[in-house]
Amino acid sequence: MYKYNQTDQTIIDERVAQFKGQTERFLNGEIPEDHFRTLRLMNGLYVQTHAPMLRVAGPYGLLSSKQLRKLAHIARTYDKGYCHFTTRQNIQYNWPELSKVPEILAELATVQMHAIQTSGNCMRNTTTDHLAGICTDEIADPRPYCEIIRQWTSFHPEFAYLPRKFKIAVTGATRDRAATQFHDIGLHLIKNSAGELGFKVFVGGGLGRTPVIGQVIKEFLELKHILSYLEAIVRIYNLYGRRDNKYKARIKILVKEEGLAKITEQVEAEWLKIKDELEVSNERIQEIKAHFIPPAYEANAKNDQSYAEHLSANAEFAAWAKHNTVEHKIPGYRAVFVSLKAPEIPPGDITDAQLDAVADLADQYSFGLIRSTHRQNILLADVKQSDIFPLWQALSALNLATPNMGTVTDIICCPGLDFCSLANASSIDVTKEINLALDNLDYIHDLGDIKVNFSGCMNGCAHQSVGHIGILGVDKKGVEWYQITLGGSSENEAAIGERLGPSVAKHEITSAILNILDVYIKRRLDPDETFLNTVKRIGLEPFKEQVYATH
Amino acid sequence: MQLIKDQQIINDRLQFIADDQTLPTSGDISVTLNRWQKERETLLQHTGKVGVRLAPADNSADLATDLDKISLVEVDFPVYTDGRAFSHARMLRHHYKYQGEIRAVGNFMVDQVFYLSRVGVNAFQLPNPMQLPLALETLRDFTVNYQPSTQ
Ligand code: SF4
Repeated sequence: MYKYNQTDQTIIDERVAQFKGQTERFLNGEIPEDHFRTLRLMNGLYVQTHAPMLRVAGPYGLLSSKQLRKLAHIARTYDKGYCHFTTRQNIQYNWPELSKVPEILAELATVQMHAIQTSGNCMRNTTTDHLAGICTDEIADPRPYCEIIRQWTSFHPEFAYLPRKFKIAVTGATRDRAATQFHDIGLHLIKNSAGELGFKVFVGGGLGRTPVIGQVIKEFLELKHILSYLEAIVRIYNLYGRRDNKYKARIKILVKEEGLAKITEQVEAEWLKIKDELEVSNERIQEIKAHFIPPAYEANAKNDQSYAEHLSANAEFAAWAKHNTVEHKIPGYRAVFVSLKAPEIPPGDITDAQLDAVADLADQYSFGLIRSTHRQNILLADVKQSDIFPLWQALSALNLATPNMGTVTDIICCPGLDFCSLANASSIDVTKEINLALDNLDYIHDLGDIKVNFSGCMNGCAHQSVGHIGILGVDKKGVEWYQITLGGSSENEAAIGERLGPSVAKHEITSAILNILDVYIKRRLDPDETFLNTVKRIGLEPFKEQVYATH
Repeated sequence: MQLIKDQQIINDRLQFIADDQTLPTSGDISVTLNRWQKERETLLQHTGKVGVRLAPADNSADLATDLDKISLVEVDFPVYTDGRAFSHARMLRHHYKYQGEIRAVGNFMVDQVFYLSRVGVNAFQLPNPMQLPLALETLRDFTVNYQPSTQ
């Protein structure tokens, strides 16, 4: 992973000092509330229902065991003994004290971490494929480019007061696991006909109130032009993005209202003026790439027999391995999910003790590295197959081995009414109720790949509009109701879910979900037809009939 | 009135003349881009400095060919959250090679002074002049940077 040099360390240390000064001036009454709001947001600090919420950046999801131990320490010392992994590969604390935040940031800086630009109307943490560098369908490792982008976005002086937040996602694989088409800018590493590596650039995608699929603004961009092209896009957005209405301020609306052709013309004209100076040299790319060289894989890892033996001898282990591990490009290795989706736990939450234990397991089994995923889980990316069985035993003992990755109970869920002041409805307790109703693992596994996303309001932090099943909390005269959508997807065949019908009451939502699953089981052609494909084939009608029949 | 220019606190008498006010015959003044374009000939005869104030929605390119004829450009913040002034300053320096004074005016925060200086603003007329010493301090907040600077 990327290791800070002197410049990186200095800049975050100076940021800690700067924010400390700002917080002190605020607490002394020298900064008005609204000004401080802007300043603290740019440092990931929200004020929520109970207490401030601090969002720490997980740069494109990559963390070391040392960083994980620091996160554990912060959870223990400054919070209530746990933290939360988000869908944007970041880490959240729900209960820090405002006056302690500068201290927390100082602690983070000691392990090369920060909370810079994790909220506010600025360029946010760049995200990528959680299987970067290890998957079998990769064209090139996106992480060096993510790091180049991370440095360019951090403290960018021109783009700190944009019309709205701005998010960039990068993928280097043929299968899009980073929802790149739902970002303000999506970048796909591709090869052109001459075999040269470059980027296909998407612009204007986004979720939230108005989900939009990004459009291609540049079919092929040479690697060396990546920063100048990004700068041109963001400058055009900064100048022309709408500032009169917060809900129309994202770049997706600008692209929609002005049209892709006009935006492309403006961006290209701007780019021509800056492309030569902002060129990223090949040496620079190589220098950053050197931080992401593959770890020392063992050549004979694939000769191990024990993994196969455990799989055939232990059905429980086999079921877990099937769902919670994925193929690795190196024979004899697999990537292992650490499930943060135990039925009784709010999705994505992890305790300090679990964090410490996972850090130890990462040191023991996965080169001391951890990744956060887009589905509020974590991943040990490089595990030898002979180590998978003992790792499973250890994870089971920690309640981190619920064998449900990618299944209906791997629900992505926002904090909802429990923590978020914007929420219309609660999400955590409903998720728990759905999970408890789905207590038969064989049934869950038979259902296969179903992505459920659950947001507590229109802001859509849990990306319900791209869930195969999306659940959205709505408020009807102070009562919690839930709107269901089906057929969304954030992968290559990007799609926005369609509304099933009128929203359902809180006491009916679990049975509605069970009914939807029941229709799928009855109507699928065979067990290989996924939920999403069945929805595409038969449409919403059969689901509607059953869900609303009983009402 | 006091302001910061080139890292010094100085006294300055420049006055902004709104479009509905009559132009004084002398003294240091600034006017809107619109007025500059309409009354350019008169303003070129003015005794005293003449500056042009860019509003967020203005296009800095409209001023490009006149930059050698004016004493300064003001970039205006109607509200501190409107970040267009940052791009205006950057484009004046970079695209049009403007070397003269760029002055931030309006409702910006002292905590924005550092980034403003990074995009090429070299004069700061803070809404609260009491904060001028603090503004000078914030210019030293960072000693290293990730992006090429305009200054
Ligand atoms: S979706 Fe709404 S309720 Fe959920 S976290 Fe986002 S703003 Fe809060």
